[in-house]
Order: sequence, then C-alpha cells, then structure tokens
Amino acid sequence: MLFAVLIFIPVLAAIAAAATTSNALRPWIMVIAGSLHFAVMLAILVFQPAPIWGGWVGLDPPGKLVLLLISTLFLVCSIYTVGYLRYRTERSNRVLIPCLLIFLAGSSLLACSQQLGLMWIAMETTALSTAPMIYFNRTARSIEATWKYLLLSSVGIALALLGSFFLVCAMLEHDPYPSLLFSHLVRHAGAANAVWLKMAFVLLLVGYGTKMGLAPMHTWKPDAYGEAPGVVGALLASGLTSCAFLAILRVDRVCIAGGLQTYTSHLLIGMGLLSMAVAAVFMLGQKDIKRMLAYSSVEQMGILALGAGIGGPALYGALLQMINNGLTKGMLFLSAGNIHRSYGSKNTDDVHGAMRRLPLSGTIFMLGFLAITGSPPFGPFISVFTILNAAFSRHFFVIGALFLLLLLMVFMGMGRTVLVAVLGKPLPRKRSINAYRDGWMTGLPLVVSFLLVLMLGVHIPPFLTHMLQQARKFMEVQP
Amino acid sequence: MHWLVNTPLVIVLLVNLFMLGVSRMRSLIYSAAAQGVILSALPLLLEKRIGLMIIIVALVTAVIKGFLIPQMLHKALRDAQIKREVEPLIGFLPTMLLGALGTAASITFAAYLPVTQTGTSTLIIPASFSTVLTGFLLLTTRYKAITQVIGYLILENGIYIFGMLLLTAVPFLVELGILLDLFVGIFVVSIILNHINEAFSSLDTRQLTALKE
Repeated sequence: MLFAVLIFIPVLAAIAAAATTSNALRPWIMVIAGSLHFAVMLAILVFQPAPIWGGWVGLDPPGKLVLLLISTLFLVCSIYTVGYLRYRTERSNRVLIPCLLIFLAGSSLLACSQQLGLMWIAMETTALSTAPMIYFNRTARSIEATWKYLLLSSVGIALALLGSFFLVCAMLEHDPYPSLLFSHLVRHAGAANAVWLKMAFVLLLVGYGTKMGLAPMHTWKPDAYGEAPGVVGALLASGLTSCAFLAILRVDRVCIAGGLQTYTSHLLIGMGLLSMAVAAVFMLGQKDIKRMLAYSSVEQMGILALGAGIGGPALYGALLQMINNGLTKGMLFLSAGNIHRSYGSKNTDDVHGAMRRLPLSGTIFMLGFLAITGSPPFGPFISVFTILNAAFSRHFFVIGALFLLLLLMVFMGMGRTVLVAVLGKPLPRKRSINAYRDGWMTGLPLVVSFLLVLMLGVHIPPFLTHMLQQARKFMEVQP
Repeated sequence: MHWLVNTPLVIVLLVNLFMLGVSRMRSLIYSAAAQGVILSALPLLLEKRIGLMIIIVALVTAVIKGFLIPQMLHKALRDAQIKREVEPLIGFLPTMLLGALGTAASITFAAYLPVTQTGTSTLIIPASFSTVLTGFLLLTTRYKAITQVIGYLILENGIYIFGMLLLTAVPFLVELGILLDLFVGIFVVSIILNHINEAFSSLDTRQLTALKE
C-alpha cells in the first residue's frame, strides 16, 4: 500500500501540475509532492512494508539507500526550484515541472523494483522525462545537448534490454519459464549458462553505464549538465546516476551468484579507472563551471564502479560515496546555477570573485569543491578513504596507487577552475538585467545540503551505518 | 517448419546490406519500413498457439514500424528541404563490406554459442546480431539526424528479433519491451527532428558542434 502511494504521489502531482494554468502556483505543487513523498519514504523505511504486486515492488537494502537519497534531494531541489523559477517568469514551466515529477516517480519505482523487466521500464521512464528538462532553455545549444542525450541514452537503454534478454536466455537452461524476480534470479544463477550470463553482464553494464555516465559512454554528460538548468543538473548528477548504479549492482549480484565474481569485478574496476582518467584529463583547463561539474560526476561514477569492483569494505565505501556524491552534487549544481544566473555566464572568462558578489553561493561552491574532491572534514573524505583502505588491504596495490594519483589530478584540475571563479574581484556588470542576489528560496537548499555533507563527514548517524552494512551484506552472495 | 521463419529472416539480412549501400534517403526509409513489416509477422509464424495479445502486438508493430514512423520521417524530410542523399562518413561500398563481414561473423559466432531450444536451427540469433551491427553502422557512419534515427530503429529491430527466442518463456517482458521501444522511437523522431530543424534550419548533425570539446 505504502509503495503504491509512494509512486502515485508524484504521478498525480504531475497531472495536477500539467492541468494548472498558473505559472507561479506550479512550483508549489512540486514542493507539496516532494514533502509528501519524503514523509511516505520515511514511513516505508520505518515500517518496512511487505513487497506488493507479486513481489515486483519492494525494497532491498541498496534500494533503501537510493530511495532515501532521491527523496531527500528532491525535497531540497523543489524548494530551490520555487526560487529559481521566479527569475524565469518569461518562460512557461508547464513542461518542466510535470517532467520533474515524473522523473521522481520513475526513480522511486526503480529504487523499489525487484523485477528485471520492471526495473528496465522504470529506467526508461526516467530517461524520457529527462529529455524535455534539458531542453528547457530552448537555445540551439540546448537542443544539441538534448539530441545527444536522447540518442545516446536510447541506445543505452536498448542495449540494456538486449542484456536483459541475454540474462533470460542464460536462465532458460534449467527452467523454460523463468521468473524475473531478482530473488529468483540470484537463487538459480548457479545453474545458469555462464556464456550468456557473461554477455548479459557486459551489455547491461554498457547499457545502464550509459545512464550512469561511465566512460567511454559519458559523452552526453557535459553537454546535458552544461545546458540544463542547475536544478536539473543536480537531480541528474545525483538521482539518475545513483539509480543506474543501483541497477548495475542488482545485475552484478546475480552474476556473483552465478560464480562470475572475478569477471564482473575486473570489468567494474577497469571501467571505474577509465572514467576517472577521462574525467581527470578533460577537467584540466575546463573553463565552463557546469561542464566541469559534469566531468566531476564522471569521476565520481568511476569511484563508485571501482568501489563496487573491489568489493567488501570498498563496497560499503562506494555506497556511502553514492550518498555523499548525491548531496555534494546537489550543493555544487545549485550554487553553480546561482552563479550562472548572477553573471549571465558560466565561463571562467567572465566569472570572477563569486565569493564577493554572491557571498553565500560562492562560499558553498568553494566548500562543495573541497568536499567532492575528498578533503576532510566532509563526507566524501570518509568514503573515499574507506575505498582506498580496502583497495590496499585487499592487495589491489597498483589499482590503489592509480586511484590516489587520479584523485590528485582531479583535485588540481578542478581546483584551477573553481579558484578562478570564486576568488578575485568581480568584473563590472555588463548588463543591469541580472539582478540576481542570494535569497531565502535559492540559498536555504544550499545550506541544508552543505550541513548534511558536513554531518556525514563528522558523524554518520547509526541508522545510516546500519543501512549501509545491510546493503553490503546483501551484496555478498555465495556462488 | 523452420523455413517459415528462416525465409523472412534471410530477407531481413538482405535488407540490412541494401540499407548500408543505398544512397537515396527515400529508399532507406522504405527499406526500414519493409523490414519492420516483415518482422512484425515473426511472432505469428513462431508461436504455436496464437493468443489475442500476440496478434495485437504484431498489428501495432506493423502499423508503427511500417507506416507511422516512415510517414513521420518522410514528413521531416520534406519539411527540412535537405539534399535527399545520405551523406556517409565512410563510403557506401566500405560500409556494405563491413556489414557483410559483420553478418558472416554473427553467423560464425552464433554457431559457437550454447544454443537454446528454439535457437538451434533457426537463423534468429545470427540475424539479430547482424541487424544490431547494421544499426550501429548506420548510427555511427552517417551524418544526418534522420539517418541516425533510422540506425536506431534498425538496432531496435535487431533486439526485437532476439526477443522472438523468448516469446514463450517471458512473453510479458518481450511484448512490453517492444511496445516501449516503439514509443521511444516515435518520441525521438517526432519531437527532436522538428526542433533541430527549427533551431538550425538543417538536419545535419555536423551543425551540432557548438558543444565539442
């Protein structure tokens, strides 16, 4: 019952928002839906209701983490959206707001789907709802970004479907009518055909990896994040990518149960390091702050894949990193959005001294940079350290060393761009139309996400530690 | 009974090669439509007991792949006033050769795969792999947005052929996958083609270079 409520709140809100004629009223529907969704999500985590619809919709431990992250972030972003859209009154938000709500419905369904096919449908829903959001600004550049996103993600999602077919093919060996519930797949993976299972994993990794933004399928990311409004960037970089990571983890679990642990671990580690390397190279000399954040997201996805590949305590670190990355990306994209609004540019040729012109957004942007690159005392420091520690204790010495080197490169590359944007003296305003100043609605969400990131660095609440440990145990299945 | 399934699949393979070599946009759209219609009949030929759901899926597939999407592509072609030629990155003959090599490789590779009951003596697996490869070739070696969309549709056709193997095992997944993919196809084609055309007065993806690194 609670699951149905969780998924249908945003759907109903989307219908309501599409039917509303007032441009000013519509963002508030999003805030109401976000708050209700958050409340229902908490109720689900506390009461742990039984799966519904024949076990298709329920929560596994990693799904709980993703749901917690998405719901929290959406609530924070919905408040920001109210403030942001006050500066965009010239443009109708009749498409944007319903799409954001459908995105919430799709990603909640993904977090709760316990069936291979349903998970694919949920992923497709989020992919489709994202396209109109990227096109919000209706410029030639944004249509280019939307086109690349749509083509790449459609191909990705198509490959994920083919991968799902292969997975079924592997199961056909011992059961002509296999059930596609993940619990069933894991139980019978031992009897599955290893060749088909291996091919299935590759295709699913490439397919869902496209949505996650792992290199070399990351090319849509800088364009989409660069051209979309900041709030959309925040939701993509933390919500969509975490959902895709969850999908890969679930498939990985089936393959581990099928005795392919070494195989999947090598693939994940390889993709992870490649993503980090690509991000580190493209971040050097990057002048566009939003594109820089996109490459940072590619790097973060690399860290998640690497952690999942190393396994054990590193997987714990990767899951914690997923939460940390989500919250930090929220803080970074929202403050970058404010900076973009105030300067009318997101290029460091024009953006200087953001800390002087926008004391709050500039400072949060700077702190967000320190957090995402793994500096203490913020949350990502703990999770990155956990992964690094696990890499060495599990004798992945070369990989651990490469990981450290790439982290350093990213820190330097990102630091150059951020420092230019944040420090120094602002250039005199070119036009007086950009009257943006930090306000309550666009400032408070930044502060909230900052406090959460800081808290995770100083003290991880016991309930979260418990959830993370559950998720780690859940992923350790015996072949 | 296998000839009943294999004959259309051989035609599909030939259409694949033809599409890689064709230079007129219009012929490309017609061949994609023809391939779609041939494929939509496959479930009826494969299933022993034909239920209502299968007939509906076959009909919807035929209408969308064979009529609706081609119609939309023709309209986009007319509106865009672009040159009616395909404009390849790699020439027609080399791509055709690549396609032929891909088909040969698919047949060899499929022979090595552990076979499932239905897959043993039909061409389903090699035809599926070859069609997916053809789709990828069209996607990557052609410049125009319309050709890329056709490439995506062919890629989907390949996945559809593979789905035929699983039609009895997991009918729900296959049918829903097919219908949803078609929906995406329409979504991509209709909305985006119109907007790219408006913004750039062209459907040439070489215009889309503002965001290059």
